[in-house]
Amino acid sequence: MQTAHSANEANYLTYKGKYKGLLGWIFSTDHKRIGLLYLYSILTMFSVGVLLGLAMKFELLAPGKTIMEAQTYNSAFTVHGVIMIFMVVIPGLPAVFGNIMLPIMIGAKDVAFPKLNLLSWWLYVLGVILVLAALMFGSGAPDTGWTFYAPYSFKSGTNLLPAVFGAFVLGFSSILTGLNFLVTIHRLRCPGMKWTKMPLFVWTLYGTAWIQLLATPVVGITLVLVALERMFGIGVFDPALGGDPVLYQHLFWIYSHPAVYVMILPAMGAISEIIPTFSQKQIFGYKAIIASTMAIAFVGYLVWGHHMFTAGMSGTAQYYFSLLTFIVAIPSAIKVFNWISTMYKGSINVQTPLYWAASFVFVFLIGGLSGLVLGALATDIYVHDTAFVVAHFHYIVFGGTGFAFFAAAHYWFPKIYGRMYDKGWANTGWLVFFIGFLALYTPMFYLGMMGMPRRYYDYLDEFHSGNILSTFGSWIMVTGLVIIVVNLVRSARKGEPAEMNPWHSKTLEWTVSSPPPVENFDELPVIAEDDGPYNYK
Amino acid sequence: MSEEKHHIVPYRVYIIVLLALLALTFASIGITSIELGEYTVAGALIFACIKSFLVLTYFMHLKYDKKYIRAMVVFVFVIFVVMIVITFLDYLYR
Repeated sequence: MQTAHSANEANYLTYKGKYKGLLGWIFSTDHKRIGLLYLYSILTMFSVGVLLGLAMKFELLAPGKTIMEAQTYNSAFTVHGVIMIFMVVIPGLPAVFGNIMLPIMIGAKDVAFPKLNLLSWWLYVLGVILVLAALMFGSGAPDTGWTFYAPYSFKSGTNLLPAVFGAFVLGFSSILTGLNFLVTIHRLRCPGMKWTKMPLFVWTLYGTAWIQLLATPVVGITLVLVALERMFGIGVFDPALGGDPVLYQHLFWIYSHPAVYVMILPAMGAISEIIPTFSQKQIFGYKAIIASTMAIAFVGYLVWGHHMFTAGMSGTAQYYFSLLTFIVAIPSAIKVFNWISTMYKGSINVQTPLYWAASFVFVFLIGGLSGLVLGALATDIYVHDTAFVVAHFHYIVFGGTGFAFFAAAHYWFPKIYGRMYDKGWANTGWLVFFIGFLALYTPMFYLGMMGMPRRYYDYLDEFHSGNILSTFGSWIMVTGLVIIVVNLVRSARKGEPAEMNPWHSKTLEWTVSSPPPVENFDELPVIAEDDGPYNYK
Repeated sequence: MSEEKHHIVPYRVYIIVLLALLALTFASIGITSIELGEYTVAGALIFACIKSFLVLTYFMHLKYDKKYIRAMVVFVFVIFVVMIVITFLDYLYR
């Protein structure tokens, strides 16, 4: 691929434009700066979510009250969920690494609508402020769970409206990002970059963008209906007024299940970049991965009812949703086979991103297979609303998206900051985090199977030993997290200068200097017929 | 995009579409006076779909746009219809 940049051009980190200092960042329309704004905002909220999670695990260290009352615990898991879902994992990979890397990976100078991109970040900040306002002011933090289920969401005496409105605003941020990426991918690919020459991370962002654009408005309208129900008692969801609370669950999950794919598809895309790079081998089944990405994006729209098997749906709907849930597992499994086949007989270069990617495959497999237990009607009745479900979705959402996020962070770090991190500390951080993760969530599968319900601040004595192990796991995991973050923050400032292409990758972002120039390319690159994102000899 | 063609739609077409939209709006109000039972929602949705079709086709120029843009809009409608049908798998068989 063609290298096209001027070594003398200022990079995007040091560039001084119309505004200086902080203003130069928060009013910048450069996709890379916006990506970093998202990174710092998301990490801030992630820290709050982690602290709440730690507090919840501490509460569960022993039966009965440990450090908080039941009502505080209810608020803690609600706010933990709202922060982690709406502010961390949904925007996570697309808003951070999608923003920073997408234009460079397709040979463009920026996204199609740079100002809209900045507006997306501002809307994100506004949504965050609204949710935080719900915590700090009014009649107590929301206690409904992140799902805001009816009818409790309009009966609860807590300060729910700002949180609901915050989630609504965060949805707009997501829609605008999706729209921007769709137009960027359609219109701004460099000459010669056909659809079948696009990196897989870009393909997954494309599938994700469609979901963001089409599914998010549904939850927006649903949250507006909840607010109207709460303020005026319009009777859409309230059974006392002739409404249907199950309709709320339909509408909520029509968005929130596809949202799981907003979280996981870009994660899969990042893994699909890392594995061929560190195997120095053509990705196995490029077109199969694209097909499975689009299949997941499409079929993922149609399986929302598996969250509602015990909610009183018709038997016909239950059979249908169970069947499609099993079908959507197939494209996910295809990807796993492709990643493993890519590594087979490759020149494996064991570096930190590959550790994260390999552990992603491991935890994603466990998370995915435990999902089949929940997708089957009979077993779901048994483990529904138990700690088993919590273990399952943390293996998928945190194990999947979280591990891929850290994999991507360690993979693209030298490109983003132009510096290399300390690999020894990075590997240590990964190992400690991985052990902590397994210790934290694995006992919850067992506890759930034994009948421990989720969202309770207390439990029977027979669940004590499993909970002790889980709480210890949370401490180990956070220790790993601290090592990782300290190492990356320190290295961003003082690390060794990074080469242009330290991993010997083939995609376009590695053809520009580290950190990239302000406009990415002096001249748009041209992709030749025999070039490709994974053409390793 | 100077090389792209811009189709100029005569005012007459816009006025006809506007009148059609107004007529359909009155019709969708009028139909509520007829007792249609469980088909009431279907009636309202049919009128809404026809109006959306007219707006997308003429006011938003889909009729004169590239095929792949039209295909995308059709895809969105297919998703929407499939979602409604699936939701009613619950309500009709409950």
